[in-house]
Amino acid sequence: MSETAITMPGQARPARPVPRRSWLSEIPDLLTRIVAGVIATAAVGYVVGFTLWTVLISFTDSTLLPEYNFVGFKHYWQLLNSRIWQVAYLNLTIYGLGFILGATGVGLLLAILIDQKIRGENVLRTIYLYPMALSFVVTGTVWAWLLNPTIGVEQFVRGLGWTQFKFGWLVDRDLAIYCVVIAAIWQASGFAMALFLAGLRSLDGDLYKAAAIDGASPARMYLRIMVPAIWPIVVSVLVILLQTAIKTYDLVRALTAGGPGIATTLPTNVVYDYMFQRGLMGAGSAAAVMLLLSLLIVLLPYAIFQRLRRGKGGGHG
Amino acid sequence: MSALSVEGLRVRFGSVEVLKSVDLAIESGEFIVLVGPSGCGKSTLLNVIAGLEQATEGRIEIGGREVTGVPPKDRDIAMVFQTYALYPAMTVRGNITFGMECRGVAKAEQQAAVARVAKLLQIEHLLDRRPAQLSGGQRQRVAMGRALVRDPVLFLFDEPLSNLDAKLRVEMRMEIKRLHQRIGTTMVYVTHDQVEAMTLATRIAVMNGGHIQQFADPQTIYDEPANLFVARFMGSPPMNALPAKLVASGSEIAAMVGPDAATAVPLPNATAAMKGWVGREVVLGIRPECITLPDGKQDTRPGPSLPATVEMIEPTGAETMALIRVGQSEVMARMRPDARPAVGSTASFAIDTAKACLFDPKTESRIA
Repeated sequence: MSETAITMPGQARPARPVPRRSWLSEIPDLLTRIVAGVIATAAVGYVVGFTLWTVLISFTDSTLLPEYNFVGFKHYWQLLNSRIWQVAYLNLTIYGLGFILGATGVGLLLAILIDQKIRGENVLRTIYLYPMALSFVVTGTVWAWLLNPTIGVEQFVRGLGWTQFKFGWLVDRDLAIYCVVIAAIWQASGFAMALFLAGLRSLDGDLYKAAAIDGASPARMYLRIMVPAIWPIVVSVLVILLQTAIKTYDLVRALTAGGPGIATTLPTNVVYDYMFQRGLMGAGSAAAVMLLLSLLIVLLPYAIFQRLRRGKGGGHG
Repeated sequence: MSALSVEGLRVRFGSVEVLKSVDLAIESGEFIVLVGPSGCGKSTLLNVIAGLEQATEGRIEIGGREVTGVPPKDRDIAMVFQTYALYPAMTVRGNITFGMECRGVAKAEQQAAVARVAKLLQIEHLLDRRPAQLSGGQRQRVAMGRALVRDPVLFLFDEPLSNLDAKLRVEMRMEIKRLHQRIGTTMVYVTHDQVEAMTLATRIAVMNGGHIQQFADPQTIYDEPANLFVARFMGSPPMNALPAKLVASGSEIAAMVGPDAATAVPLPNATAAMKGWVGREVVLGIRPECITLPDGKQDTRPGPSLPATVEMIEPTGAETMALIRVGQSEVMARMRPDARPAVGSTASFAIDTAKACLFDPKTESRIA
């Protein structure tokens, strides 16, 4: 055994510089703070600052350029009483409910079907998820072609021999909004499916066996056990779809351009219209603020619900 | 009455044969443990009995009724899973009543059944909690409650204790045994833990490679293992297996475990089967507790002894284990707690050969 390898007490150790905190060692620390600080300032500045500025402008009579002659709630009252705003909100309600429930339902159904240990799962999953990779503008354009009575589905079915076939939702004042709903569901249900499928896959495989021994039918098994077990994911999907619904703008632009007439206009289209088409910045800002408020009205209860649930502690689903 | 009978069961997944002709006949009220290493097919066998997986060939009867092709819910069974498989979004009460709900049992009857089972398992105060709010042991109890409430012909347990910590596992093991003594229903229990198998079972089926190697009561499995696999798998530490040569000196038969006559271990209980192997190579199987250091205090008959080199000792408190070298083989010996032979020294170990086994080195099955 060699004793030289062991340093005895009192023996001189090989000299090693004692680490002293020099200003150089502080640089990485400082750099982190600077970078994070700049980003945080920018984020707060842009989001909070411009939101507040938009609120301020909404109380003025600004047109093309910001002016600061305050007119109180004038724009808000005018908007609330205008027909386009009422139509837009009614549309948002129909579109929001139809899109959120439709995409969630179709997504859940697809996820459950794919969860049956089928062959070619990866291929199917990719196919269903693909619409998500498209921009709403592309979706809108494609569905505008498909639903167009003179070139789309109607023409195709007539070509097959049913010459009296009619499918003119896109040009029908009352039904056109449902075309928007269909296109949006097509785009988003794959995304909902992917999240639900991940949730179902994360469940313990023994749950299925336990349900089989308990004698649950597939419908009962999914509705009473599996979906409640992935409830946090369902809520997340609903919230993501909700904010997608409220901020939808481009789909309507590409699919119907808000028409026929103003039949498919959504609040975002109204905001854009006031701000940049008519050059009424004050009224546009008021519309934007009202949109923000409606988003808060929906999301605040959810945030409170989450807080309460966490406060209760340990709760699951 | 026969509670479960399995005949000529084969299960094949593609080209892999997981179960190769399994036969089991279980009487009502028995506690059967299926034990074996990972991948031996024990869980597959349980799943096939439950109807969760399909057999390729063979027939199964539960309670005297043919159930091949019958869905799990109609087999009159209940199952407890390794991961508990409690429904996460339901309360404990909901978990226990869900099966009855599916079968359309009246509400009042459901509540009465829950009350009965909750009292039996002492989980009354947990009924309105969700699984996430329970500890591992409590979840295990709830899982058992969900099975008990069915009052089935057959209980199936799929490694129910392997997710618990060591202390709780021992407690729950005793509780399962007590439960069986109390309700007397037939149980089939899968585990890879041979201690659980020995302590719980009325009969043990040791499985390996898709076959049942031996199906017998725990004492027989321990004392008369059917082959080397069973001998090595059951018991901790496992049975020592020493290559030996059988020699005859007069009427005595001895197993020579080393190069010379000093290493001959006499076998007093020689049978006719043994005599046929004189002069041939065998494997001598001796349990560690049959090899010890004589301490002079105990009333030990002057039995045979064997010189061996001590290679390592492992004091455990209740006993001291020693790894010793006999000839070419390493052997475990179990000694009294305060025995401390020096490592590297040679000592004379006493061997009790009353329960020694001989195995055929080629087929690995027991000769005597």
